[in-house]
Amino acid sequence: MRSGLLRGKRALALVPLALLLAGCGQKQNALAPASHQSSDIASLFWWMTGVAFLGLAVVVALLLLAWRRAGRRGAGGDTQGPKPGERVGWYVVVLGGVVVPILLISALFVIANLFVIKTTEAPAANSTKRTILVIGHQWWWEVRYPGTSAVTANEIHIPVRTPIRLEVRTSDVIHSFWVPELNRKIDTLPGTTNEIELYADAVGRYRGDCAEYCGLQHAHMGIWVYADPPATFARWLARQSRPAAAPSGSLAAAGRAAFLNGACAACHQIRGTSASSGVGPDLTHVADRKTLAALTIPNTPSYLHDWIRDSQRFKPGNQMPSFGQLSERRIRAITAYLEQLK
Amino acid sequence: MERLEVMWQSRPGVLGWLMTTDHKRIGLLYFWTTLVLFGAGGVEALLMRTQLVKPNNSIVSPETYDQLFTLHGLTMIFFFIIPMTTGAFGNYLIPLMIGARDMAFPRMNALSYWIFLASAIFLYTSLALGMAPDAGWFDYVPLANKTFSPGHNIDFYALAVIFNSIASTLTAGQFIVTIFKSRAPGMSFNRMPLFCFAFLAASFGLLFALPPLSADNIFLFLDRNIGTHFFDPSHGGAALLWQHLFWIFGHPEVYILIVPAFGIATSIIPAFTQRKLVAFPLVAIAELLVVFIGFGVWAHHMFATGMSTTALIFFAGATSMVVIPSTIQVFAWCMSFVLGVARFKTPLLFIAGFIFMFVTGGLTGIMFVAIPFDQQVTDTYFIIAHFHYIIFGAAVFPIFGGMYYWFPKVTGKLYFERPGQISFWLIFAGTNLLFFPMHIVGLLGMPRRVYTYPSNLGWTTYNVIETIGGYLTLVGILVLFGNLVWSYFRAPAAGPDPWHGPTLEWTTSSPPPEYDFAVIPKVSSAYPNWDPEDREEDRRKLAGGVLVLDQGHEQVEVTPVDGWLSRVAEMPHESPWPVLLALCLSLVFVMLLLQHFAIAGLMAILCVLTLLGWHGKEPEE
Repeated sequence: MRSGLLRGKRALALVPLALLLAGCGQKQNALAPASHQSSDIASLFWWMTGVAFLGLAVVVALLLLAWRRAGRRGAGGDTQGPKPGERVGWYVVVLGGVVVPILLISALFVIANLFVIKTTEAPAANSTKRTILVIGHQWWWEVRYPGTSAVTANEIHIPVRTPIRLEVRTSDVIHSFWVPELNRKIDTLPGTTNEIELYADAVGRYRGDCAEYCGLQHAHMGIWVYADPPATFARWLARQSRPAAAPSGSLAAAGRAAFLNGACAACHQIRGTSASSGVGPDLTHVADRKTLAALTIPNTPSYLHDWIRDSQRFKPGNQMPSFGQLSERRIRAITAYLEQLK
Repeated sequence: MERLEVMWQSRPGVLGWLMTTDHKRIGLLYFWTTLVLFGAGGVEALLMRTQLVKPNNSIVSPETYDQLFTLHGLTMIFFFIIPMTTGAFGNYLIPLMIGARDMAFPRMNALSYWIFLASAIFLYTSLALGMAPDAGWFDYVPLANKTFSPGHNIDFYALAVIFNSIASTLTAGQFIVTIFKSRAPGMSFNRMPLFCFAFLAASFGLLFALPPLSADNIFLFLDRNIGTHFFDPSHGGAALLWQHLFWIFGHPEVYILIVPAFGIATSIIPAFTQRKLVAFPLVAIAELLVVFIGFGVWAHHMFATGMSTTALIFFAGATSMVVIPSTIQVFAWCMSFVLGVARFKTPLLFIAGFIFMFVTGGLTGIMFVAIPFDQQVTDTYFIIAHFHYIIFGAAVFPIFGGMYYWFPKVTGKLYFERPGQISFWLIFAGTNLLFFPMHIVGLLGMPRRVYTYPSNLGWTTYNVIETIGGYLTLVGILVLFGNLVWSYFRAPAAGPDPWHGPTLEWTTSSPPPEYDFAVIPKVSSAYPNWDPEDREEDRRKLAGGVLVLDQGHEQVEVTPVDGWLSRVAEMPHESPWPVLLALCLSLVFVMLLLQHFAIAGLMAILCVLTLLGWHGKEPEE
């Protein structure tokens, strides 16, 4: 009776947990999988959690049983002579502490580490149509498409339902690339290339983050993965592969001149111009992106303007200095130019 | 008796504490010091929780936040739990449990305390100077190398960790010798309290785990200051080498943290269930095995580093093996609760809470056997939840329980039961509110070590609950210590044995005399205080002057396994050398920090001279 009630309570406790975890939609939710890998991992989690709650229930039931027996008479009589119930105790210890765990963990081990793990691993380089290279920087992501000249930052576009081989590297410290709705994470290590599969079941946008502490602005190192229909993706890639368009209008032209002759070109590349530094993000098609500074702020003209003037306010310690000393006219001109880089 | 008083008397005043070799005094010094550091670590945690109470908060700067989580980890692990369990509980209780009058090497024991204190001051100086370590407690390179951390922050880290590990190594070494050699005659290995098995396991763990950590930090210090390339792949080094060496220490470390807590639990359970622990031999073996297997699982902290799948599967296999000794112990504890006559007083409540927390944290730990799941949640708040259930729930709950359990022994006073139980329930509710939502927010994608987070990812509510839980825990801890302080002044006297406890410390007065036992006690089981005939025998021996050893500052030594009396050893008296040596060693570390390597060398010579002075007058055989 008592233990039945207990089981009921445990089962009830799982319900709100499931609701909380499942109902969150397009966030960064490991339990809202959008790929077969992520969904296998989520299923593993739910099975393990179910069994874990049962295990916890057994232990709590034993403690509650002891609690109920606490008022028993004759306290103190057990310290001498034979230990009452020792044989039962051994049975429970061996069964619950050795036999059952070995069976359960063996099953988990085989399912997780011989089967599920395979699906998360990167496809061989010659077996996929596309390899994408992601390079971690303090504190943003560089994204390259080998075989094309496309370079972007903090956004990965992939064709939907196509296995992608994703190679990750770092230009400085260890980062960890993690888009939980698509796959488990993979660290970027100095001097090494790691790889993983990226795959999305459905068209959509999936959020990712740097998961390994990488310094001051580790908190602001997000990335979007856009899974597009193959045709849309092909158009996007072709556009990204082109050099930057020439500015139209005198303000933007002044902005281009200011960019190329000023400090901007010391760190940023705009393909098709003389700016070719690889320190900061490639800005050839910066106006095409949805956010600035690795998902820190939206990419709108006013945010872009404020970012140039005072980037340290939005992301203190980031590698781009605030350019408050530039005249307002110049900042406006540079903003106008960058806004045209679709 | 009077002669014993004279032989074991300590010097009065501050000098007596500075020169003491009494394991109880050293235990108390450790206790008070680690308590202060626990307060520091707790304040750091609450500052972080306050910062995270809402998105885009700016109570602390990112620099400060990074220093806070690094110091919090360092403090709680190296400067609170290890010194609290080994330094305070182990020092105070092991000689009392094995019927000894002091540790095997009392001056080395004092030295370990003074080095520990110096290393703590050394680390916290960095905070006062605004250069506290800020690369996380596991301090991965290249973030921790000179290029990315040019300040002194990481030098403080490397030197403080090496400095602290000297103290832990000394403690571990002498626990092993004390447990092997200083037991009362008759206490063969199989009659040793489980508390001692646990501390033996933890000591062996420390002894083998610390060298890789020290080597790692020496490499780091050399890379940073001399220009070597141990961790630099562009010169043939390997960044992953840091992680391997760190976790070869770091995972055994987890068991080193909780195994002493198992020891405390296995002391409290028999006392408050009035029943010998179920499956004693299995539990003793499990305590040793858990540390042993713990040395083979380190790479499960590195599942996302891109190591080969074959290697990952090996370490996942070892990780699954470590579950077995843990589940054995859980069921042995639970069955002792059921088969005994449980009295749910405060200490046992803390142990019941400990079992709940340990099982919860253990079950999420088993999930990491599933490599892909580990790779999904590692470095998120899910991991934070898991290891705080283990470290706060499974290591600190028994420490609190043990404080209540041995409070009467140490102070001679009972504690007040009702506020004790209130403190338990506050801490239990607080920690669960604090740590449980971290599982969920981790699965929702919140990475660890972020100083702030955006508002649109659904993390805010959980963070609010966690912060409330944090403050509730604080209230519970304040009630706990308030109660102990109040009890110290107001509670009735406890007498030698208020709980009818099973082990030898309950046979002597509360607080114990400086010589611990008037006569070296007779032992014929693992529960000597429950053997009335043996205690009668002690009284006869005392009357007849057998094994009273009142002719000198002496204690017995036994054969390591069978516990046969092998000889009587003269023990050293109080000594000024340990504190002096610790002082000289501190100068070495300060000079290394300031990169005055020649002066550091001179200071090292000073240390050697101090050691010569130390050994100038040895106790006579």
